[in-house]
Amino acid sequence: MKVLTLALRRLAASLPTLLLIIAGMFLLLQLAPGDTVDALMAQMGGGDPALAADLRRFYGLDVGVAAQLGRYMMRLITLDLGFSAIYGKPVATVILERLPPTILLMASAQSFAFFFGLVLGVLAARRVNRWPDTLISTLGLIFYATPSFWFGLMAIVVFSVYLQWFPPGGFSDITQSLTGLAAVLDIAKHLVLPTLTLGLIFLAIYLRIMRASMLEVLSLDFVRTARAKGLSETRVVARHVLRNAMLPMVTLIGLQAGTMLGGSVVVESVFALPGLGRLAYESVVQRDLNTLLGIVFVSAILVIVINFLVDILYARLDPRITAGS
Amino acid sequence: MTGPTRREMLLLGATAMIPTAAFAQETPQRGGVLTVHFATEQRILNPSLQASTGVYIVGGKIQEALVDLDAQGQPIGVLAESWESAPDGKTHTFHLRRGVTWHDGKPFTSTDVAFTAMEMWKKILNYGTTLQQFLTEVQTPDPHTAVFKYEKPMPQGLLLRALPDLGYVSPKHVYESGDIRQNPANTAPVGTGPFKFVTYERGQHVIADRNPNYWRNGMPYLDRVVWRVIGDRAAAAAQMEAGQILFSPYSSLTIADMQRLGRDPRFEATTRGNEGNVRTNTLEFNFRNPILADIRVRKALAHALNVPFFIENFLGPFAKPGTGPIPSVSTDYYPTEPMPQYGYDVAQANRLLDEAGHRRGAGGVRFNLRLNPAPWGEDIALWSTFIQQSLQQVGVRVEIVRLDAAGFLRTVYNDWNFDLATGWHQYRSDPAVSTTVWYRSGSPRGAPWTNQWGWKDDRIDGIIDAAATEVDPVKRKALYADFVRAAQTELPLWMPIEQIFVSVFNKRIRNAGNNPRWASSSWHDTWLAS
Repeated sequence: MKVLTLALRRLAASLPTLLLIIAGMFLLLQLAPGDTVDALMAQMGGGDPALAADLRRFYGLDVGVAAQLGRYMMRLITLDLGFSAIYGKPVATVILERLPPTILLMASAQSFAFFFGLVLGVLAARRVNRWPDTLISTLGLIFYATPSFWFGLMAIVVFSVYLQWFPPGGFSDITQSLTGLAAVLDIAKHLVLPTLTLGLIFLAIYLRIMRASMLEVLSLDFVRTARAKGLSETRVVARHVLRNAMLPMVTLIGLQAGTMLGGSVVVESVFALPGLGRLAYESVVQRDLNTLLGIVFVSAILVIVINFLVDILYARLDPRITAGS
Repeated sequence: MTGPTRREMLLLGATAMIPTAAFAQETPQRGGVLTVHFATEQRILNPSLQASTGVYIVGGKIQEALVDLDAQGQPIGVLAESWESAPDGKTHTFHLRRGVTWHDGKPFTSTDVAFTAMEMWKKILNYGTTLQQFLTEVQTPDPHTAVFKYEKPMPQGLLLRALPDLGYVSPKHVYESGDIRQNPANTAPVGTGPFKFVTYERGQHVIADRNPNYWRNGMPYLDRVVWRVIGDRAAAAAQMEAGQILFSPYSSLTIADMQRLGRDPRFEATTRGNEGNVRTNTLEFNFRNPILADIRVRKALAHALNVPFFIENFLGPFAKPGTGPIPSVSTDYYPTEPMPQYGYDVAQANRLLDEAGHRRGAGGVRFNLRLNPAPWGEDIALWSTFIQQSLQQVGVRVEIVRLDAAGFLRTVYNDWNFDLATGWHQYRSDPAVSTTVWYRSGSPRGAPWTNQWGWKDDRIDGIIDAAATEVDPVKRKALYADFVRAAQTELPLWMPIEQIFVSVFNKRIRNAGNNPRWASSSWHDTWLAS
């Protein structure tokens, strides 16, 4: 019950932010020259102005900017996200179709980065300034400094073109229709390379944070006490240090959720995944206002929800922080 | 009398666009899935409503046109078996194929043709609205005859050249009620073609299966066609190598990848099968800038650009120097006599600029210009940088303003906010369809790829109008030669490079590229070797 009240309070607090973001996006997009009819003309390779005027009426672009914004806001109040110009169906449907790949990709990349970042961070901290630490830190630096599109393309060249272990792109194998476990395995196989590509940069961040946080906690008084009790080093790390060192990591999950949505644009393009990131990119290029605003709306909610979950997790890790405060 | 006149036959036969490679006779194998690179997703897939290669690549297998082009580039009947035209060019009669059914089982009749022509080609289809503006009605004396009536003469050659692209037929019974633009069949097309639409997953793929009731007996050979949506060019090349896609149409890979795959024995990178899809790179001048309104300046800028050097070093074997608005593959209308050209001559360029009164000032700069390159195609980006660096040598400082597609069209063709612009002019089978609009004055503001330069020449306008309604093919060709000469003399825009789109095939595909618009055509005779 307490959690529910908190959730509602959080949502109410974020409503003004949400509205501001949407109005801001709407106005920002007006600054880009051209509208969705221009984009359509570019795609068609030409058309006469009578046709263009007709299309502008069709897409509701024949009225002023203020009227368009007003119309949009009125619809949003009834939770109607409008009609997508490029997809010819309701925005809500388009987004729902694209949400599963993005959420799946984000969840798997996040878990991969979090788990390996944690393990490598602990390893580096325990062998600080010796060769395992140097090796792990250097690797982390390389992962962090390499652009993800390059990683993606190299992964395709090595693992798909030469070794032929994984498919080079797409969400599932469309030349055969699979069901049940086979279909799940097929999707998993398609997600391995994108997950690695998206996860590596975040892995590097988690690794650095974990290492620093471990080192800090290891120098605290209660660790000395634990050691003085005669506990083995492994037990000290597992029972006492890890839990405390994980707090900054959990904070990071919430912060990275937004970044990851952004990063998925590149990864989804390289691996031809039908996700939200690529949809956003396409909507900008095609000046499809309704779809873009819909994506902003859904992404904002997604980030709010993740941060809320992180807060609850916080309270579980450290009893001194209660969910209410 | 059916088909083209004898004189036209001779002309077409002697001059048609002939795909070069000959095929060894092999027995076609049945079955298999052809996977195709789908680089730019479209809003709709119905080619009776949108004329663009991105629609034809999918819709052209599901729906069919009245006529298509055969291996020699001559019009050949598809849904029309034969045709005849009245001598005044105002009546064209099409005799339709019998026993053809739509994918939903209903028969194909002349009312479908009449409905599509009047409601789609004339009102909605881009380029169609211009081509069919003088179409008054389509009579249907019986279910297998459609009679097109025009207010002004329509040259038969122009109509037959335009119909392979602008003559796709849609079923009346699917479209007759409700708003055509919102019809669900726009993204789930119903046609008469060799492949039946199955599913379109946005952002992923389109699937079409073999039509077992196709009117060409025993065809098609393929079981299924799958178009995979891959926006990233480098990723598409990797998918080609991994065998996930077998065909990448319309120069959709990077120039480097196309050349690399072309050297790989598993693939073929070729312009074969794209002879009907030629484009020229443009240099467009804004006459509202008084500097560019001076013909000496325009000629000087052209002389300052070393086109052969650019082609050899950046574009490779798939491009050649252009000679004017009508490209050399259009052998029907490509002028036989030499036309004014502007070869690379820096001294001449400097002389012309001095004459025009633009002396070099501080830092050797004569004046500044803004160049807007179109965002489609790697070649345009390279060409714009080449222009910038070449013009610097004759004392013209160029600032490049890069915009995305919507921004480019709006800025150049509606806001006129440019000095120089560069992009593609795509030649569509006949100058009256695609080319003369770049020169004819009177285009309303905002019409992309038309004369928005602030330039008007009454003589050129007169030639263009006369050629558009000239029924005699020989006189038409002579008029277009006059047009090219005038265009190259006045130089309101310059088309110095000619390129044919490049297809990259996996060599397993047979009968690939066997007509001049193969990527857009129906693939009824395409098969896969195992």
